[in-house]
Amino acid sequence: MALEVRGLTAGYGPVTVLRGVDFRAEAGQITCLMGRNGVGKSSFLKALMGLLPATAGTIALDGTPLHGLPAHEIPRHGLAYVPQGRRLFGPLTVAENLAVGGLVHGNDTATLAQVLTLFPRLRERLDQTAGTLSGGEQQMLAIARALCLRPRVLLLDEPTEGLQPSMIALIQEAILSLKAGGVAVVLVEQRVDAVLKLADRVAFMVAGQVAETMPVKGLTVDAEVFRTYVGV
Amino acid sequence: MAFGPFLLLALMEGLVTAAVLALAASGLSLVFGVMRVVNVAHGEFYMLGAVLAWAVTTMIPGPPALAFLAAVLIAPVLVAALAAAADGLILKRLNYDPEATIVATIGLLYILQQAALSLYGPNANPVTAPFEWRIQLPWFGYSGYKLFVVLAAGLVLLGLWLFMTRTKAGLVMRATQVDRSTAQAFGINVDRVYMGTFALGAGLAALAGVLIVPIQQAQYLMGHDPLLLSFIVVIIGGLGSLRGTLIAALVIGLSDGVISMFFTPTLAKILATLLVAMVLVFRPQGLFGARA
Repeated sequence: MALEVRGLTAGYGPVTVLRGVDFRAEAGQITCLMGRNGVGKSSFLKALMGLLPATAGTIALDGTPLHGLPAHEIPRHGLAYVPQGRRLFGPLTVAENLAVGGLVHGNDTATLAQVLTLFPRLRERLDQTAGTLSGGEQQMLAIARALCLRPRVLLLDEPTEGLQPSMIALIQEAILSLKAGGVAVVLVEQRVDAVLKLADRVAFMVAGQVAETMPVKGLTVDAEVFRTYVGV
Repeated sequence: MAFGPFLLLALMEGLVTAAVLALAASGLSLVFGVMRVVNVAHGEFYMLGAVLAWAVTTMIPGPPALAFLAAVLIAPVLVAALAAAADGLILKRLNYDPEATIVATIGLLYILQQAALSLYGPNANPVTAPFEWRIQLPWFGYSGYKLFVVLAAGLVLLGLWLFMTRTKAGLVMRATQVDRSTAQAFGINVDRVYMGTFALGAGLAALAGVLIVPIQQAQYLMGHDPLLLSFIVVIIGGLGSLRGTLIAALVIGLSDGVISMFFTPTLAKILATLLVAMVLVFRPQGLFGARA
């Protein structure tokens, strides 16, 4: 199973942000997207979800074309998205947020039970409004909500941004268990140590294009590519 | 009449106004809350409800209660269908842009009003109340139908609250209200939600029009006052807040009843407008609205 992107071009009105992105994500692998601010990493995830209309290029999951579909059709094909800043439904309860996540599959109880096993802390907070959770709990909920979609491809946009180390460890553990479960994870991440710990492959973006993709195995924190593409 | 019974009568009249206003304003609040559309044509859906109620009751022979029941069932559904069509033909094409939809709904207001004038005429026509029962209090008699209006509006609003908080469709609408883009990422067809919301809002206004028509008569210009009062209620309650809308409708309706009876209806409107001005100055998001 693979997510295959060819020549994806998209932008905001007259401003083109993605300029022919080629990208591939495999099942059971974590592919990280790295690059300086403003190179189009978050826009790329939005374009995959149909939230940023593509003007050219193709997106296919296992050969099924996804480009051109309305945004609400994309999740039905197995793509789930955890946006930057979580974008929870703040006034809704944790249970209601999870229910929105499960709408596509009719909110089956088995999936919900699996998700709550992965994030047991949420089970204690089901009746609490999402906006009142701590930052770490909100991030757990954002991932849990996406998992209720039973995704084949999970898109995560800086999921550990602004979290304390203990929460980061919990989130990273959850991501690794998803990889073990065969999910193709696409992770936008700025921290080199997290990329080295989690990723199988890393794609470096420059000016709206993927400039280089390589396996993470063998890379170190002080590798030249990180200095070149991320500036660290 | 002594002060006490007079006050009671004023409060009962105010309660009827509040009930009808709460129905109409909850539709306006729902449309703004979910769609971010300020529907200037909302009062015309109220008017259409009343006019269609007259049309249905004149077409159906037999006891007034049967004809009125038919009007209650048919008029809001027809108005909701018309609103759904207007959503697809006008609002969706404007991509629900807040400014453009204000202008568009002003246009829709005039289209509906002039269509009613052309097809229905300029006259005000009465609709027979479904029953003539009166409650006899020690000080005065009171229309049983008016109490029915309060009860019916209360039940519909309870149903609306249960719909919004306990059903899948309500959950979808609330999620869309919070974040349209994220809702789409979870498989929610936002266009369909918007169409349903606009239809539901119009249907609520039409139902208010049907309920009021045995008290007020149907007339093609009758949408102005409910539109103004609905905006007053929604601004005071907080745009998009159903709870705030209900509380504000109660405050405005009761104060309108009392002030109109003890002083003049004009003073009641002046004070309500003054209250809106104070809310806009000191708490622009309304009493129960979320700060933007």
